[in-house]
Amino acid sequence: MWVYEKKLQIPVRVSAPDPRMAKYVISQYGGPEGELSAALRYLNMRYTMPTGKAKGVLTDIGTEELAHMEVVATLVYKLIDGAPIEAIKAADLGTHYADHDRSLYWVNAAGVPWVAAYVSATGDPIADLHENMAAEQKARAVYENLIHLTDDPLVKDVLRFLREREIVHFQRFGETLMDVEEYCRQKKVF
Amino acid sequence: MDNGKQAQLLLQIQQLSFMATELNLYLDTHPQDQRALAMFNQTHQELMRHVRNYEQLYGPLLGYGYSPAAQNYWKWVDSPWPWEINY
Repeated sequence: MWVYEKKLQIPVRVSAPDPRMAKYVISQYGGPEGELSAALRYLNMRYTMPTGKAKGVLTDIGTEELAHMEVVATLVYKLIDGAPIEAIKAADLGTHYADHDRSLYWVNAAGVPWVAAYVSATGDPIADLHENMAAEQKARAVYENLIHLTDDPLVKDVLRFLREREIVHFQRFGETLMDVEEYCRQKKVF
Repeated sequence: MDNGKQAQLLLQIQQLSFMATELNLYLDTHPQDQRALAMFNQTHQELMRHVRNYEQLYGPLLGYGYSPAAQNYWKWVDSPWPWEINY
């Protein structure tokens, strides 16, 4: 069960519409290291985790990733909202506009649609937690790339917050991994 | 649309909610930490106080029965959505 909260996790502001930046940022909506991938990866993995801590961490981080998806969606929406069609064409966003107008869609920066193959679930808690730690580092790297691609300080603020959360999640997954390794040693499960 | 005062009250909720989220994740891997537990409960109380105050002015923050219908109409469909607020 999930309950909708009518608020963003953080305020999202942009100085001015910037369709070119929207085209880049949308990768964190529907790209391989994006927030949809993250939310689905963790929430889907919960079922086969051996400990209460691991189930809790995956549920709670997975839920925060859903909130991040909404933050990224709002950022893309505000970057496109009010942009004239000439600016959309000039930003090479005409290919998106042709199919979607100004609506959002789960694509990476090159327009490739989201696929479930971006996430994995092996059923092995050690392998799965390593996957999550790698995913957090990859998402951090993408946010740093995106920060390099904009001069808008308000957009940078949002991207910096999301980058920082990847680091905290990496830390929590690392603690979870150590705990699950200890559990597996005691149970002698291989 | 000018949402200045609403955005200001919402910001306080966002800050408290962020503290609660951060403590929640920390407690997931440190469930015995008494200091974090106390901070979590204190944050919870403060967050609930701000949420109830906000809802009296701007309508429900949560769906599915977790917020009251404090106005004489269903304000859920009338107050600005998160992506529409000018912060």
